[in-house]
Amino acid sequence: MLLKKLTEASGISGNEKEVRDIILDEIKGYVDNIKIDKLGNVIVYKEGKNHSKKLMITAHMDEVGLIVTNIDALGLIKFVPVGGIDKRILVSKPVLIGKNKIPGVIGSKPIHLQKKEEWEDALGIDQLYIDIGVDTEEEAKKLINIGDYISFDSDFVEFGENLIKAKALDNRVGCSLLIEILKETKDIGFYGVFTVMEEIGLVGAGPAAYSVDPDICIVLEGTLCYDVPQIDKHLIPTYLNKGPAISLMDRTTLFDTNLRKKIIKIAENNKIPYQYRKTAMGGNDSGKIHTSKDGVITTTISVPCRNIHSPTSVMSKYDYENAYKLLKAILFEYEKGAL
Amino acid sequence: MDINNFLEILTNGSSISGHEYRLNDKISSAFKIYTDDIYIDNLGNIIALKKGRNNDSNLKIMMAAHMDEIGLMVKYIEDNGFIKFTNIGGIDPRTLLGQEVIVHGNRDLYGVIGSKPPHLQEASEMNKTIKMEDMIIDLGYSKEEVEKYINIGDVITIKRKLRALQGKRLTGKALDDKSGIVAMYECIKELSKMEYEADVYFVSTVQEEVGMRGAYTSTFDINPDIGISIDVGFGSTPELPKEDTLDMGKGPGITLGGNIHPGLRQQMVTIAEEYNIPFQTEVTPGPTGTDARAMQITRSGIPTLCLSIPLRYMHTSVEIVDMRDIKNTAKLLAFFIASISNENLEGLLCY
Repeated sequence: MLLKKLTEASGISGNEKEVRDIILDEIKGYVDNIKIDKLGNVIVYKEGKNHSKKLMITAHMDEVGLIVTNIDALGLIKFVPVGGIDKRILVSKPVLIGKNKIPGVIGSKPIHLQKKEEWEDALGIDQLYIDIGVDTEEEAKKLINIGDYISFDSDFVEFGENLIKAKALDNRVGCSLLIEILKETKDIGFYGVFTVMEEIGLVGAGPAAYSVDPDICIVLEGTLCYDVPQIDKHLIPTYLNKGPAISLMDRTTLFDTNLRKKIIKIAENNKIPYQYRKTAMGGNDSGKIHTSKDGVITTTISVPCRNIHSPTSVMSKYDYENAYKLLKAILFEYEKGAL
Repeated sequence: MDINNFLEILTNGSSISGHEYRLNDKISSAFKIYTDDIYIDNLGNIIALKKGRNNDSNLKIMMAAHMDEIGLMVKYIEDNGFIKFTNIGGIDPRTLLGQEVIVHGNRDLYGVIGSKPPHLQEASEMNKTIKMEDMIIDLGYSKEEVEKYINIGDVITIKRKLRALQGKRLTGKALDDKSGIVAMYECIKELSKMEYEADVYFVSTVQEEVGMRGAYTSTFDINPDIGISIDVGFGSTPELPKEDTLDMGKGPGITLGGNIHPGLRQQMVTIAEEYNIPFQTEVTPGPTGTDARAMQITRSGIPTLCLSIPLRYMHTSVEIVDMRDIKNTAKLLAFFIASISNENLEGLLCY
């Protein structure tokens, strides 16, 4: 499965090569022009009917992770996060370091040697380190370099009713949707862009939008989902299994209302379930895209992901399928010139 | 069976305290071929007997390594099918977030542990631990579906596969104290090639993590002349005081203190030195938190020893052991047993 291949690959922001290579391999032969720009963004064009409006669909390739900052005398590895990671999810997890994917673990002090008060405070990044099973700096340095990227060691699992657990669903789910739509559509001209470094400040999207210069942009994302019973309904950003989430606003963009209304209408006409993304928190590549040059009309369509930015993110295949259907229906309308 | 394979089977399996039976077949079948008798007592301890050189009044040496592991238990099923849970044994709640689990109902269900997401937390909360009562297990099913398979009281295992790190180090969950069982297994293999007098009882004990309960009953039943607990000791890491820890790969810790018989301990040290087996000293003045504690005060009192296999990150799901330490523990145990006879025991026990 494509999503398995994409999520099990490592692509920490700034080090997207492994993911980029999978994408290039997948879309080869299905698109008419492939360009890798100076930052590492993959910009492809699919030829088709000409339209007065230029459409760009994007998904970022990168994922949050860690990077090696030091190796101490005992061969233990210090790190800092790359992108937004809740430090509390790091403890007691296996990781893979560098190109050779050296396995290591993030341990913690045994409970027996802690005072009860200690439990109440989250462990800081400065208290954590990775153990790869060596005793000296010298041994560690044969395998690991400062600057090596570290990803969670988490496999792709299907479970429950139609659910998937994986790391990096944000945003391999978007990559997967974009790859599939590039492979399946015919005779519709649009740009597909796989961006780099979204998680560390929407770095790739601006330059990519500058070179494509689109009129309309659809950003594909994995977005946060927290749907437990106890909290007030209006605080629930998205639900699992209620279809793709369409963004209203976030920290980086007030999404174009007209485009949103058109998309809602398309969803309704095609009986595709959808929901609104009901939080202003977070942000995505749209932040840089909609202010590019003289401005771009943008929308974001997301697959809800529980435990986002963790090794155990969870999404629903049902939401994925409906996000894909919606995307296809939107392209159909675009082809008719109705977008 | 190769001991790495045996360790893999044991740690990848599940044996939450009180629910150890899931490993019964694996442990029994491994020990069986080397034993004269093997049985399971009322609490679930697996007792394997290997007889010594034929004589009528063989002395009895009992070894105990606990087969149980810490885990979780289902407390409540939410309206949307999420599971609320509590812990069995000592678990730092900080090690739970983002873990994968197996909930053992009338079928095993996979799930992941989640909580309130960062975006809905106050900035001040981000530095606080998420309490276990605020975490949930997501099984991916509706409440109706979950209730078909899961009951309140079902136990939950953290899902983790044994993995090789560099050198002889391995990482996994519940290496405390599956490493001890594997050391006993290696010892019984060694003993099969040796001459020794005592009848040796290899006991895989239950419920150590909740109060050494299996050790009490099995020791009562066997009534040994010597009891030896094989458990794990805190592996040294920078944040721990040197004096509380054992170095990895430098041999088992031979515990010293009130829980340990001084004469027998001296014999253990002498044997280690004689056979060039590396060892370290673990100082525990009071009762050890191991089966040795239970053994010592059973019936009218049992002379007790304790060996500790160095283990890092105890009670997390990424514990680390060094296979060399497991092998050296086994070797030391075998040579120690071979050194004990009806003739010298009285002298060794003399205060």
